[in-house]
Formats: sequence, C-alpha cells, structure tokens
Amino acid sequence: MTTTVAAPPLIARTETLARPPSTLWRDAMRRFSRNKLAVGSLAIVAVLASMAIFADLLSPARYDFSVLVDANQFPNGRHLLGTDGVGRDFLSRIIYGARVSLTVGFSVQAMALCIGLTLGTLAGSFGGWLDYIIMRFVEVFTAVPIWLFALFLISVWRGSDAISGAGLINVILAIGLIGWIDICRLTRAQLLSLREKEYVLAATALGATRLQIARRHLLPNALAPLIIAVTLGIPTAIFTEAGLSFLGFGINDPLPSWGKMIADSLAYVRVYWYLGLFPTLVLALTMLSFSFVGDGMRDALDPRLGERR
Amino acid sequence: MVVYLLGRLTGILVVFTIVSMLAFVLMHSIPGGPFDEEKAPLPPAAKENILHKYGLDRPLYEQYGLYMWSALHGDFGISFQSPTETVVQLIARAWPTSMQLGGMAVLLAASIGLTAGILAAVHQNTWIDYVVTLVSTLGITVPNFVIALWLLLVFAVGLGWLPTGGWPSGGDSDFKALILPVVTLALGPSALVARYTRSSLVEVLHAEYIRTARAKGLRDHAVVLGHALKNALIPLITILLPQIPNLITGTIFVEVIFRVPGLGKFFVSSIYLRDYPMIMATMLLVATLWSLTYLLSDVLYTVVDPRIRLFGKTT
Repeated sequence: MTTTVAAPPLIARTETLARPPSTLWRDAMRRFSRNKLAVGSLAIVAVLASMAIFADLLSPARYDFSVLVDANQFPNGRHLLGTDGVGRDFLSRIIYGARVSLTVGFSVQAMALCIGLTLGTLAGSFGGWLDYIIMRFVEVFTAVPIWLFALFLISVWRGSDAISGAGLINVILAIGLIGWIDICRLTRAQLLSLREKEYVLAATALGATRLQIARRHLLPNALAPLIIAVTLGIPTAIFTEAGLSFLGFGINDPLPSWGKMIADSLAYVRVYWYLGLFPTLVLALTMLSFSFVGDGMRDALDPRLGERR
Repeated sequence: MVVYLLGRLTGILVVFTIVSMLAFVLMHSIPGGPFDEEKAPLPPAAKENILHKYGLDRPLYEQYGLYMWSALHGDFGISFQSPTETVVQLIARAWPTSMQLGGMAVLLAASIGLTAGILAAVHQNTWIDYVVTLVSTLGITVPNFVIALWLLLVFAVGLGWLPTGGWPSGGDSDFKALILPVVTLALGPSALVARYTRSSLVEVLHAEYIRTARAKGLRDHAVVLGHALKNALIPLITILLPQIPNLITGTIFVEVIFRVPGLGKFFVSSIYLRDYPMIMATMLLVATLWSLTYLLSDVLYTVVDPRIRLFGKTT
C-alpha cells in the first residue's frame, strides 16, 4: 500500500481489464442479431428496398404500358396480379410504386428527423426563451395546412417544368415541412423530463455542457418514442402523398405510388377487389417489418433488458 | 405560474397573427381565384364588379388589414361557396356535428389504445404483444377511407345490422348511425396510442423502482397502473392530446362516406373554390385549438412529472 488515506487515488481500479469494454452500440448490435423477428423484418425491408431500386430489371412490363384489350383482368398466368382499368400490368405498377412510396417515406422521415431532433433537443435541453420561440414556431407550422405549402411550392417551381421529378420533390418538401412536428415535440417532452434526473446533475457537476449532456445522456434515453414516431411517420407520409396526389398537387399519372393505387381502387372495391388488396398488402408488409425492426432496435438499445435475458 | 400562462396566451395571439399573415400571403400567391370560371367566364366588367364588391381588387396589405379589422369585430366575412350565410354561421352549423363525432372517437381511441398498449407491454414478446403490434400497425397502415368502405360493405350492406350513413338529428332518431363513423375514426388513433403506450411502458417496466414495488409484494395491476403507467405518460400526452383538435375539426373522407353533415368537407372544397374567407376562418380555428392543446399538454407534463419546470431556472 503506497497510497494514503488523505489522498485517495483517482482511479480506483488499477488491474487490467479481461476484455476491452463493450460500447452501447456493439452491445445493441449483438442483442439485435439475436432477435429473429427483427432480423427477418430487416431482411424484408432490404428486399423491398432493392425492389424499388431495381424496378426496371424486376418488373415484367413498364408501369405505363397499357393494353386496353387486357383491361380489368383478374390475377392469372400472364399477369400475376391482374391488370388495372386501362390494361396495365398490376405487378409492375406495384414494383414501380415501391420506388415513389419508399422514396417519399424515407426522404420525408430523414428530413423530419434532421429538423425535429435538432429543434426538439434545443428546446428541451435549454428551455426558457429558446423553448418558447421554438414551440411557437411549431404552432405556426401545425396551423398552416399542408396543401397550402404544396400549392405554394408548385407555384414557385412553375416555369421549371423541365426538371424531371419536380412533383416528387414538391411532395417530399411539403410533407417534410410538416412531418418534423411530432418528432420535435416528443424529443422536447422527453428531454424536459429527463434533464431533471440525478445523472444530469452529476454530468453538469463534472463540467459537461448542455449539448454534450443532451447527446450523451438524454437522447439515448429518449429513443423509444422516437423510434415509433419515425416508423409510423413512413405510412403517414405515404398516405399524405396519396392525399396530395388525389387533390392534384402531388405526383401525376401514369407514375404509380401505393397510396395513390389504394385511393384509386376505391371505385372498384366491389368488383375488382384485388386492385385495392395488393397495394394494401405490400404497404402493410412494409409497415409491419418497420415496426418489428423498430421494436427490435428499441429492445436492443435498452441495456437493462439485456441483463435479464 | 400565472405569469407563465399569461406569456403563453400572449404567445397564442402572436402565433395567431403570424399564421393569419402567412396564410393570407400563401393563399393569394397560388394561381387561380374564386371567380375564375373556366367553362363560362364572366364578362370582364361583371368580374371587376364582383372583385370590387369583395375587395379583392385592392392591394394585398390593404385586404389583410381590412380582414383583420373586421375579424377583430367578429366579422369573418361571407363564404364564397355558400353566399347566403356568413362564415361564422356556416361553422356554427357544421362544427357541432364534427365535434360530437370527433369527441366520441377520441374517447373510444383512448380507451382501446390504452388497454391494448398496456396488455402488450405487460406481456412483452408473447403472442399478445405480437397480435397488438400486428393489429395496431395494420390500423395505422390501412387508411380510414378504406376501413370505412369495408366496414360499410360488411356491416351495412352485407349483414344489414347498421345503417349506411346519416346523422341522428336529435330526439328519437336512430343512434346506430353513429357506430360506424365513430369506430372508423377511432381505429387509427387508437392504434397510435397503443403503439406509444406499449413502447414507453416497456421501458418503465424494467426500471429499478418497479422491481422494488414488486418486491414489496404489490399486486401486478397496482404496479402497472399505479407506478409504471404514470411514468410512461409523457410521450402519450404528446401524442394523444393533439388527436383531440385533429378529430373534432372534422375529417373529409369519413364525413363524406357516412354522409355526416360536418365541417370536414369545407376544408377541401374551400381549396378548390379558393374560398378565401372560409380558408382563413378554418385555419385560424385550427391554429387556436392546436395552440390551446399544446398549452394543455405542457401543463399536464408538470402534473405527471413534477420535476419538469417550464419556466425559471433549471437544476
């Protein structure tokens, strides 16, 4: 014993560690890979994503190739999922629809996460007047309806019709401008509660700044509702796109999207029921996979859960 | 607290002003006007007269000033799509129906969602949990206009148990007409509530104080409802409360499909018809309701978690 009682050592343990310390993310990866349901769902997401990327190679026909004689065929050998009202192969339209729908879903959520997480963290960890201003900003964006943004964007883009995909960009921007609100409010609410915990006081005492505390201590503890918000935001975005397209402010025919296909199928629901069923099924499959991946991620990121298994 | 609430109410006025300006500018910047008839255009002189009558030929800032001045006196103008009544009369006629429908849907959604979410969290990673995840994901994925049509086909057309639509006009009328629209409207939000309840409750159920409560010998439902649920409420308040303004202001598809004479359809018809007074009025109504809801949820945060401070110094 060389140390004295009057000057206790700063480092209590001096023996070497048996193995390098495992990080939160490495632990999470290990726990996630053990969850069969989540891994399987992740595989389905990957399949759907590659379906969207390689639509040109995978689909049996073009999405806009119509053979009027073959209109309204029930699923059969030549058209596996049948044809729609103007004789377009429905399987091809679903495969191409993945492109628009998943692009809208992912881009909107990426945008929403960037804006929502930043503003929510600022409001939640600083509080006071910054919180006040950010939340009034949120209220303004809640009140202005989305179609007004969409219409405004369309009128701004006018004259630049040459840009291909302007409709898609409009839709993504318009939905993204609204989509961050839930994420922002959830982040702020969680942080307002978490920042009063003892470990924040401890971190403050050690000299950590507010943003460091938010990043290292608060956000990892606020993840559960955020994961749900992001996964559930995807179908919301997909249907908002369908709604905007329905009003004529979104993506124009013949480009297909799942939301639009479901909305269009309503007129035929009693006769050509498959027109609504198939897009609903792929959308439901996508969403279920995302939900299980999300739940798996949440469970994997919770260290308390890992000890119990 | 009083100072804080006064500050927030001032905030609502500020938001109100910004929203009205933003809406006014955006609304007039989009192409097309309320009296642009494509098929039978009005003679230029007649159109000029009409525009003059409604003040639409003045510069934008003047129109805005006039609108706000009359709005402050309670005059929100006359709806272009229904010129026989003022906007206030129109909303007063249609909104109560939407409010009843939405109110019932909110109550139903909260009770179904909470129950399902709690069951799923308590039985985490069992078949109950998976069924709740499956059903609630479907409830969010399948849009309400599809659900409405299927419910209509099954229960009204197929089985003939319930009427296809309409709205009880008071007295001895048939309240069965309420069931389908309320259920349709409630399904999505209840799925939402179930998902958030499950995820935040699962997190809380693994905390140390829950283990302590169980170790004390408390019954299961006392642990879950008394200790765990209260600490899982913050995300729920954030998500559930905005469903109230969302549902009570009316929804276009459900109201059209079930022939409910509510406010929902005016949100869409006002866009098409460029019905400026109606667009402004509905938007300001929505802005006020949402601001009040946000204020209420902030107050509820401090009730659920007394450590939360909305004002003053934090620790």
